[in-house]
Amino acid sequence: MLSRSSEFALDVELTCPHGITCIMGPSGSGKSTILAVLAGLQAPDKGRVALGNQVWLDRASGIDVPVHKRRLSYVFQGLALFPHMNALHNVEYGMQHVPRMERAAKAKALLDRVGVGHLARRRPRTFSGGEAQRVALARALARSPELVLLDEPFSALDRELRAQLVALVRDLSKDLAVPIVHVTHSIAEARQLADQIVRVDKGRVVARGKADEVLAGVTTLEE
Amino acid sequence: MERASSLLDSLRAERGEIARFAITLAIVIGVIAYVQSQGGIVWEPMALSLRIALLSMVLTLVVGTALTVLLMWKRLPARDLLDAITSVPLVLPPTVLGYYLIVSLGTESAVGRAWQSVFGGQLIFTFKGAVIAASMGSLPLVVRSVRIGLESVDASYTNAARTLGAGPLRVFFTIVLPLAAPGVIAGGMLGFARALGDYGATMFFASSRIDGVPTASIAVMDFFYGNHEAQARQMSFVMTVVGVGMLYLANRLTRRMHPNRA
Repeated sequence: MLSRSSEFALDVELTCPHGITCIMGPSGSGKSTILAVLAGLQAPDKGRVALGNQVWLDRASGIDVPVHKRRLSYVFQGLALFPHMNALHNVEYGMQHVPRMERAAKAKALLDRVGVGHLARRRPRTFSGGEAQRVALARALARSPELVLLDEPFSALDRELRAQLVALVRDLSKDLAVPIVHVTHSIAEARQLADQIVRVDKGRVVARGKADEVLAGVTTLEE
Repeated sequence: MERASSLLDSLRAERGEIARFAITLAIVIGVIAYVQSQGGIVWEPMALSLRIALLSMVLTLVVGTALTVLLMWKRLPARDLLDAITSVPLVLPPTVLGYYLIVSLGTESAVGRAWQSVFGGQLIFTFKGAVIAASMGSLPLVVRSVRIGLESVDASYTNAARTLGAGPLRVFFTIVLPLAAPGVIAGGMLGFARALGDYGATMFFASSRIDGVPTASIAVMDFFYGNHEAQARQMSFVMTVVGVGMLYLANRLTRRMHPNRA
């Protein structure tokens, strides 16, 4: 994919197998843009995005599947939980593929699965940081996604909460068996989560491989 | 059931605002009742104006919201020009608006003739005509307010909805419109207040009497020059109270969308 921003051209080639791919790199290196292109929220000048046999974007042949038809989930950095809906309705929102009568029960089960079933009737503004993250994860699962995109979802949390949620994402990734692309700044988080790490800088991939290989000797990332 | 409980949640969360709305309404009704007890106001013109303003509010909200969405579409050709044309009733003399209405919707116009052949009547000099005339002045106010509302909706919510499988219409009706509600409601109130006080365009297009009754704003002048100054005063006072009440509530709602604005 090739996407132009004001500072540099994003030029990356990525293959994400099932499991968690962590994308790391300094701020402004193009990490979030990669997710936006995968989701279809941003259109690259040139490029191809395919999930298995489904081609979502191919500039050369004029294919550009609209965002809402790409079966993916995206947890945004700010989470973007709908403020006018309670947790249950937030989760149900992504369940158009589920018969109406079954949605509430399934949404409640998902909230229970991530440990926030008791918040079902409450609005996002009453949630703590960790609770909001969990509801956002439940909403992401509701779509039965074939690809999950996580854009630094835990960046605002303290170390303890972050550890709990990293463990939760690890568990969920085993259940889901789909590619999960996780953008993060945290080396600790990447070591715990990643099946594959991709480091990007100024819009280009500078290293790729298993956590031990890519992060050997790395203690901080230039940010 | 789900939707009902969600509505109940919303109402509970907004109880402060609902209380403020109810108090304002109570004050307005109280003032009208007091004026009534002090010798009475002539109700027919007031009732006629309220009916016109209410229908005009519904009309301008529907048309205005659609127009706003169109004007916010970045690829619309000549967008700034259309935006200016939509806003121009704010600065044009009401008589000019009335003139345009007669030219475009009168008995000699294509629209007027089409209306006549479909509905068997005319628009000019009728109640419907008065609603349209009053709406002309309100539309720019409604569009401006609805636009502030729509623009206040953070793109992250619409993006989230799209990634959750919602197409453009579902995103608009379930995310954008509910989150923009304060702006849309404020627009409705401004439109109502403006339509209630319309004079020039109504006079020009719908005449000074609709089925024999003048609108409240026309009645004020009729009373004054007909040596019924007390009635002119009462009518003016009631309209002022309704106007202040509406603008007060509209300002409150607009400020909610920009909490940092003074």
